[in-house]
Amino acid sequence: MKGLAGLAGLLLLVEALPRLGLVDDGYLPPATRIAAALGDEVVTAEFWRAVGDTLTGWAIGLAIAVAAGVVIGIVIGAVPVLRAATASTVEFLRPIPSVALIPLAVLLYGTDLGSTLLLVVYAAFWQVLVQVLYGVADVDPIAEETARSFRFGTWARIRNVLWPTALPYVFTGVRLAASVALVLAVTAELVIGAPGLGKMIAVAQTSGAVPDMYALIAVTGLLGVAINLAARLFERRTLAWHQSVRGEVPA
Amino acid sequence: MLEVHGLRKTYKSGRREVEALRDLTFTVDTGELVCLVGPSGCGKTTLLRCIAGLLEPSGGKISLDGHEVSGPAPGLAMVFQEYGRSLFPWMSVRDNVELPLKQKKLPRTRRAELVEEALGAVGLAGTESAYPWQLSGGMQQRVAIARAVAYEPSTLLMDEPFAAVDAQTRADLEDLVRALWRRLGVTVLFITHDIDEAVYLGQRVVMLSSSPTVVQDEVTVDLPADRDQLHTRADPRFTELRTHVYEQIQQAKLSQAL
Amino acid sequence: MKRIAYVLGLPVVLFAAWFLISAGSENFYAPPLRDILQSFGKTWTLDRLDADVLPSLLRLAAGYALASVIGVALGVAIGLSRGLRATVEPVLEFFRAIPPPVLVPVIMLFAGIGDGMKIIVIVFGCVWPVLLNTVEGVRAVDSVQLDTAKAYGIGGPARIREVILPAASPQIVAGLRQALSIAIILMVISEMFAASNGLGFTIVQFQRSFAIPEMWSGIILLGLLGFLLSLLFRLAERRALRWYHGLRSVVRGR
Repeated sequence: MKGLAGLAGLLLLVEALPRLGLVDDGYLPPATRIAAALGDEVVTAEFWRAVGDTLTGWAIGLAIAVAAGVVIGIVIGAVPVLRAATASTVEFLRPIPSVALIPLAVLLYGTDLGSTLLLVVYAAFWQVLVQVLYGVADVDPIAEETARSFRFGTWARIRNVLWPTALPYVFTGVRLAASVALVLAVTAELVIGAPGLGKMIAVAQTSGAVPDMYALIAVTGLLGVAINLAARLFERRTLAWHQSVRGEVPA
Repeated sequence: MLEVHGLRKTYKSGRREVEALRDLTFTVDTGELVCLVGPSGCGKTTLLRCIAGLLEPSGGKISLDGHEVSGPAPGLAMVFQEYGRSLFPWMSVRDNVELPLKQKKLPRTRRAELVEEALGAVGLAGTESAYPWQLSGGMQQRVAIARAVAYEPSTLLMDEPFAAVDAQTRADLEDLVRALWRRLGVTVLFITHDIDEAVYLGQRVVMLSSSPTVVQDEVTVDLPADRDQLHTRADPRFTELRTHVYEQIQQAKLSQAL
Repeated sequence: MKRIAYVLGLPVVLFAAWFLISAGSENFYAPPLRDILQSFGKTWTLDRLDADVLPSLLRLAAGYALASVIGVALGVAIGLSRGLRATVEPVLEFFRAIPPPVLVPVIMLFAGIGDGMKIIVIVFGCVWPVLLNTVEGVRAVDSVQLDTAKAYGIGGPARIREVILPAASPQIVAGLRQALSIAIILMVISEMFAASNGLGFTIVQFQRSFAIPEMWSGIILLGLLGFLLSLLFRLAERRALRWYHGLRSVVRGR
């Protein structure tokens, strides 16, 4: 209830500031005008195509990143030598800001979906990989030894011991990756001009359609909230069997 | 001197009201060591939190050295049951003991003196720069006691301080509390669920009923002031007293069941 | 010896592989690593560092520091008040969910394209993870710790300084870590949009003028910068949270 009041307060503030002349309404249009712009946008096919493009880039990029992150994470995690040998490389590559790849993406893919995917995959991959590695490291040595004593093979150990232990971490990784992927998808569209909401924002900005720009930004925020909520819900549903939904490992 | 008169506490959660303390009246004279025992869930902690000024009573009056308690009183120090959570893990042992003294705005040299004395008194000299979590449970509780002692309170409140330590450590800590009490002359209110501990430590034992709590009975412990774990506990009078307390507590539980 | 081999082994192999495979590269976009390294030395001279890298870093530092202070201060205030928290939480979640780079066009409206804009962009993007983590951390302060502080008359500013902030510090640091990578991203993006100097600006210039080895050297520099900053952060964290990591290892060992 109070949360609704907070949101209403925000809308009221955005309405009042420009109306009272405290902020130039060329910079911040009143909430009603932004809402009107949003109303005009949502009936256009162009808007929905942009939403679709953004979500396509997000979903494909996320899927590739999750698949790669999980497979590579399990392989590296399951083999101690590999883990020791790759640790420094992971630590080095992970903090490289994904936006450093923007010029490269432009050269390779221009304004195509490929540019978006390159950035999204790069940024989301590390989120998944790191969580999977934490998860694999969390395997209870006693469970591992039990499996060994029953002469489980490598594959059976991965399936029955390692994977169930790592699963909650995988979900955490997917949730973190999902929001990072959205940020990078919109960023690529905004900066490079790949089709999607980000590009629409850039177009609205250059053509001076300020209310539209605010409306589109609000849409990206709402998308972000929706993705977050969906990921958390999914995580809670699927992990209901697990004794504890674990605390997040700082990534 | 600590006076508790007609103390009442009811919790409200939604429309339901839960009466935790019904009508509690007792006093602890200056320099006295009184133990409070009661069946588990009898509102001991509620009572203590009221006395410490952490919880507002619903009725009745608490006064400490003649002043009514309406918030944490400066002359009062408290030792919590959960030593691991009551000591600040980001501070060294020294800083933990010193922090309340800083709040009292004591000069630096005086603070250093008090910290050293207090840690010496609980047998922890030399651990000043360790973190509390590097020490054993018993030692951590000693740090908490040192913190209380360094505060130079007129009254010391102890909330089941030894409930979470092993039996041998517990015996040592009990002797430590008695020794400190005799040396410093502070008023001590010691809450426990352990009947033997109450009789061994106290000059007087106040027994509480089950919730909603009233004072069930009171007994003066007429054991000699020099006590030790071996002889005192073997004393026939000790056995009599603990039997008496035990019976009262059982009765309190029964009357609740009825 | 073995440890060093593990730490350096793969990076050396990868580097060598890149070097050898690209050695005869005719691909315009993937020039030989040798050329990239040569242009690295030529491109990132002291003058260049002073003219482009330093301004970027100063803006980054200013924005990050401001965001940290604002985030922690507001976070403590919100975390301590249950009513305030319930009211503003959805609003904060919304702001956090907005991809920070889209704030660039908005802030350009208000603050033009100068240093002020770039710093505000960084502040606006970084403040949310710090703020929300601080709120979480403050809310989760142990009730016994708070009671202890109260019982010993530790109140007001001392309670915040001596008890609440340290108790929440592991969470706050987690927020600061997230904020750091966002800050670097925003530093680059804001310069790509509109700037006359800075690392992001320069790299995009190289790309637009098809100075490919120089562009690659810029990407490498940016990577090194990200790595170094995260290394510095980890060193600082290890010092500041020594008690926390020690406590955790003790608790886990039991």
